[in-house]
Amino acid sequence: MSTVHTDTHSQEALDAHIYAHDHEFDLDHDAHDHELPWIRQYIFSEDHKVIAKQYLFTGILWAIIGGAMSIIFRLQLGFPGHDMSWLKPILGGWVEGGQMHQEFYLALVTMHGTIMVFFVLTAGLSGTFSNFLIPLQVGARDMASGFLNMLSYWFFFVSSLIMFISIFLSTGPASGGWTIYPPLSALPQAMPGSGLGMDMWLISMALFIVSLLLGGINYITTIINLRTVGMSFLRMPLTIWAFMLTAILGLLSFPVLFSAALLLIFDRHFGTSFYLDSIYINGEALAHEGGSPILFQHLFWFLGHPEVYIVLLPALGITSEIIATNSRKPIFGYKAMIGSLLAIALLSFIVWAHHMFITGMNPFLGSIFMFLTLIIAVPSAVKAFNYITTLWRGNLIFTPAMLFSIGLVSFFISGGLTGIILGNSAADIQLHDTYFVVAHFHIVMGSASFFGMLAGVYHWFPKMFGRMMDDKLGYIHFWLTFIGVYLVFFPLHYIGIAGFPRRYYSFTNFDAFKSFADMNMFVSIAAMITFVAQFIFLFNFFYSIFKGRRASANPWKSNTLEWTAPLHPGHGNWPGEIPHVYRWPYDYSKPGHHDDFIPQNVPLSQTKESNLPHENESMLIDEAHLINAK
Amino acid sequence: MIEMILGIAAVLIVVILLLIFRIHSLVSIMRGSYQKTVGMSNRVNGFLLLAVFILGLIGFAWITIHSSQYHLPEASSIHGKKTDLMFWVTMAILCFAFIVTNIFLFFFSWKYQYEEGRKAYFYPENHRLEVIWTVIPAIVMAILVFYGWKEWSEITQQEPKGSEVIEVMGKQFAWQVRYPGADNKLGTYNFKNIDASNEFGIELADSASYDDFIPQQLHMPVGKPVLLRIRARDVLHSVYMPHFRVKMDAVPGMPTKFWFTPTKTTMQMRDELGNPEFNYELACAEICGTGHYAMRFIIVVDELDEYEKWKKEQKTYVASNLDYVMANRKVIKGLLPASPAPPDTAKVVAAKMDSDTASVIQAKPDKPKPKRR
Repeated sequence: MSTVHTDTHSQEALDAHIYAHDHEFDLDHDAHDHELPWIRQYIFSEDHKVIAKQYLFTGILWAIIGGAMSIIFRLQLGFPGHDMSWLKPILGGWVEGGQMHQEFYLALVTMHGTIMVFFVLTAGLSGTFSNFLIPLQVGARDMASGFLNMLSYWFFFVSSLIMFISIFLSTGPASGGWTIYPPLSALPQAMPGSGLGMDMWLISMALFIVSLLLGGINYITTIINLRTVGMSFLRMPLTIWAFMLTAILGLLSFPVLFSAALLLIFDRHFGTSFYLDSIYINGEALAHEGGSPILFQHLFWFLGHPEVYIVLLPALGITSEIIATNSRKPIFGYKAMIGSLLAIALLSFIVWAHHMFITGMNPFLGSIFMFLTLIIAVPSAVKAFNYITTLWRGNLIFTPAMLFSIGLVSFFISGGLTGIILGNSAADIQLHDTYFVVAHFHIVMGSASFFGMLAGVYHWFPKMFGRMMDDKLGYIHFWLTFIGVYLVFFPLHYIGIAGFPRRYYSFTNFDAFKSFADMNMFVSIAAMITFVAQFIFLFNFFYSIFKGRRASANPWKSNTLEWTAPLHPGHGNWPGEIPHVYRWPYDYSKPGHHDDFIPQNVPLSQTKESNLPHENESMLIDEAHLINAK
Repeated sequence: MIEMILGIAAVLIVVILLLIFRIHSLVSIMRGSYQKTVGMSNRVNGFLLLAVFILGLIGFAWITIHSSQYHLPEASSIHGKKTDLMFWVTMAILCFAFIVTNIFLFFFSWKYQYEEGRKAYFYPENHRLEVIWTVIPAIVMAILVFYGWKEWSEITQQEPKGSEVIEVMGKQFAWQVRYPGADNKLGTYNFKNIDASNEFGIELADSASYDDFIPQQLHMPVGKPVLLRIRARDVLHSVYMPHFRVKMDAVPGMPTKFWFTPTKTTMQMRDELGNPEFNYELACAEICGTGHYAMRFIIVVDELDEYEKWKKEQKTYVASNLDYVMANRKVIKGLLPASPAPPDTAKVVAAKMDSDTASVIQAKPDKPKPKRR
C-alpha cells in the first residue's frame, strides 16, 4: 500500500480557502431563516437544499409522466391491434376506432425520450444532487450565487411548463424523435407534430439550456471557490468530481444545442436554409436551398454525446460514494477513478459522429470516430473493475442505496459492452437505428443513471428530510426494478439482432419483422410490472417524508461532510463554524483505528494510531497552517 | 360490472398491503430491530444477488437459443457475411467480458456480505492491477478497431467499375427506384421539376433520361456489384435492406451511395428457407413521419440473364408518360409534331424525340453532363 494522496498537502491548497465567506455567514442562521417570508423559503428559495428538493420533486413528476408514456406505446408494440378504447379517457382523440394514431405513437416516443433524457436524468439527477451535495460535501454555506441558483430552477420550471402544455396541443407535441432531425422537424407540413408542438419543444429546450447553464456555472464556481479549509481537490469525494465534470460538460456542450435550436427556429419561421435543401413536399417545391440536414446532426450530437455522460457521470459519482460507504472500504483506485472521469469527460467531446456513421458522412471520418469511440471503453472498463475491486474483501451492507449501486454497475457493464459493437462503424451498418441501439442506451444511459438517481435518493433521504425511508419496501422496489429492467431491455438486443428498426408503430407490414410477437408482448408486460413497482418507491418516498423513522445524524456511518451538519441543516448548513477537512473521504476500516470509519473532519492528530506515514507529515503541515491562520 | 369488481379488488389489495406495511413497521419498532446496523435482510439480499445472477445466466442462455430462430437468414451479400462474422466474433468477446465481470460483481457481493466483527480490508489502490486492466482493454480495443476499420474501408471503398447503378429515392411514405436504362446513365434531375407525373424531378431536356425506367420493384442481378444512388426528396429516410446488411440514409439535397454484391437470388432464398412467399424487403430506418413503419418495397434478386431480360421488358419513363413529357418540355414545345402517335417501344420514342428536337437537344452537349446534385 503506497501513498494515497501525497500531493494533497501543499500549503497552497490550504491557503486557497476562504475564511471570509465563513465569517460572513456566522450570524445566527436560524434567526435569519425566520425573517424570510414563506414564499421566499419554500418557493422562490435561494437555499440550495430547497432548490435541490424542487428539482427532485419536478424530476419525479416528469419520471412518472415519461414512464407512463412508455407504457402506453409498449401497449401498442406488445399488443398490436388490441382495442385501446379504454384509454380514451386519457388519450382522447388520439385513440380512434380502438386504435392509437400513428402520429401519437411517434409523439409518445419523442416525448418519452425528451422527458427522460433532459428533464429526468439531466435536471432531475444533476439538478437534485449537485445542488444538494455540492455545498454540503465541500463545506460551503450555500452555492456561490443563491440567486442564480434559484433562477436556474425557475427557468427549468417554465421550460417544463411549456413542454407539458405542448402535450395537449390538438396537433400534438413534437413527434420527430427526441433528436428532432430536420427537415422533418423543420417543416410543419411534414407531420402534425412539426407544427406548434415543435416550436414549443424548441422554446422549452432553449429555456432548459439557460437553466442548465445557470446551474452549471454555479456548481463549478462553488466547487472551485468555496471548498472549506483542507478540502483540496484530491480530498473531494468522487461525487463532487463527477458533478464538477458534468457541469463543465454541460457548459461546453449545451450552448451548441442552443445554437442548433436557434438555427432551426430560423429555418422554420424566417425563411433561412441552414438545414434545408432541395425539398419537395406536399405538392410544392420549397424555396429553401443550400443547407444541410447533416449540419444539424453534427451540432445535435456535439451536445448529444456529452449529454450521455452528463446523465451518467453524476450517477457514477453517487455510486462511488455509496459503494465505498457500504462496503466499509475505500473506493479502490481513487486517483484512477478521477483520471477515468477526466478521460471520459474529455473523450466524450470527440466521439459524437459515431451516431452518424451511415448518414452519408465521409467514410474516412467514420474510421476516425470509430477509433476515438472505442478508446472511451478503456476508462470505462477501469471504472467497472475498480467498483468490483472495492467490493472485494469488503464488509458489505446492503442498504437499498447499495443494492441500486450494485445494479448500476451491472448495467454499466452490460450496456457499456454493447457500445463497443455499436461504435464499430462496419457493424453499425446493420445495427444502426434498430432495437439493439434501443437496448444499449436504455441499459447504459437510461437504467444505469436512473439507478444512480434512486440510489442517491435512498442514501441522502435522511439528510434531505431528517427521516429514514423504509428499507424493506426499498428492497422490494429494488428487486422488482432490477429484474424488471433486465427483462425489459435484455430481450430488445435480440429483437435488434433480428433487424427490427426503431420508432415503428407496428411491425406487421414487413415479412422480415413479423416474428418476435411473443417477445414484444413479454417485454411490454415486464415494462408494466417495472413501472407499477415504481409506485412502491413513490409511496415509500412520500410516506417517509412525513411518517418515516427519525434519522440519526450519520445513519450510514459515512465520512463525508454533509453528515456532520445538523439533522435539519438550516440556511447556511452548519450552525457554527464550517468543519475543516483533514483527510480524504474514504478512510473506511483503516487498520489501527477503533471504528470502521473516520469522517473527513477528524484531525489526523486524533488518529495517530492509524495514520499512514505521509499523513503524519501532512498533519504537521496542517497544524502549522492552523497556527498561522489564527 | 367486472370492471367494478376488479377496481374494488385492486383498492382492497392496496389497502391490505398498506395495513401489512403499517403493522410491519410497528412490529419492527416494538422489537427495536431497526437499531441493529445489519439484520437478517442483509443475508437475504446477499443470497438473492447471487441467486438472481445465476438465474439470469440461465435466462441469458435460454433467450439466446430461443431467439436464434428469429434471426435474419444468413446475409445475402458479400460484405454482409463478413460483418455478420465480425458481429458474432465481437459478441463472443463481449459476452465473455460480460459474464466474467458480472460473476465477480455478484459473487463478491454475496461472499463479502456483512459479518459482525469483521473489518473490511483497507485496500485503496494497487498500481500494477490498475495498469493491467487499463492495458488489456486497450489491446482488445485496438484489435477490434483494426478489424472494424478493415471491414469498413472495404465496404466504403470506391465501387468497382461496371457496377449496376440503381437510384433509390425516399419520399413520404414510399420508396421509388429508377434505372439508367440502355445507356447506363441516369438522367439529371432537379427537385423543382417534381410533380405527380414526374416523381423524380427528371430533367426532360436531358436525353440520358429518355431510356430511364421506374419499375414497381427493385431488381438486382446476383453476383454483380450494385451501386445504390440514394436520395430523398422531402425529409430524411434511410435505405434499409436487412437481408443484405445494407443501410444508408437518404438525405434531401445530399445524394448518398452504398455499393454491395448480392449473393443469392430470391428463388434461392425461397428454396433455402422453404418459404415460397419469401421476398427481400426494403424498409425505412430513419424516422420520417406518420407512415415511417410502412415504407415497404420489394426487392428481387435475379440471375444475371433474367435480370437483363427483365430490364429489356421495362417501359421507359418517357414511353409511359409520353403526353406529360411532350407537354412539359417547355423549351421545345413549339417544335413538337401536332399529333404525336404514341409508339410502342421506348426506343422509337426516344429516337423520334431526338430527331424531332434535334436542333435543340443536340445543341446541348452530351458531355460533360451538369453535375448531379
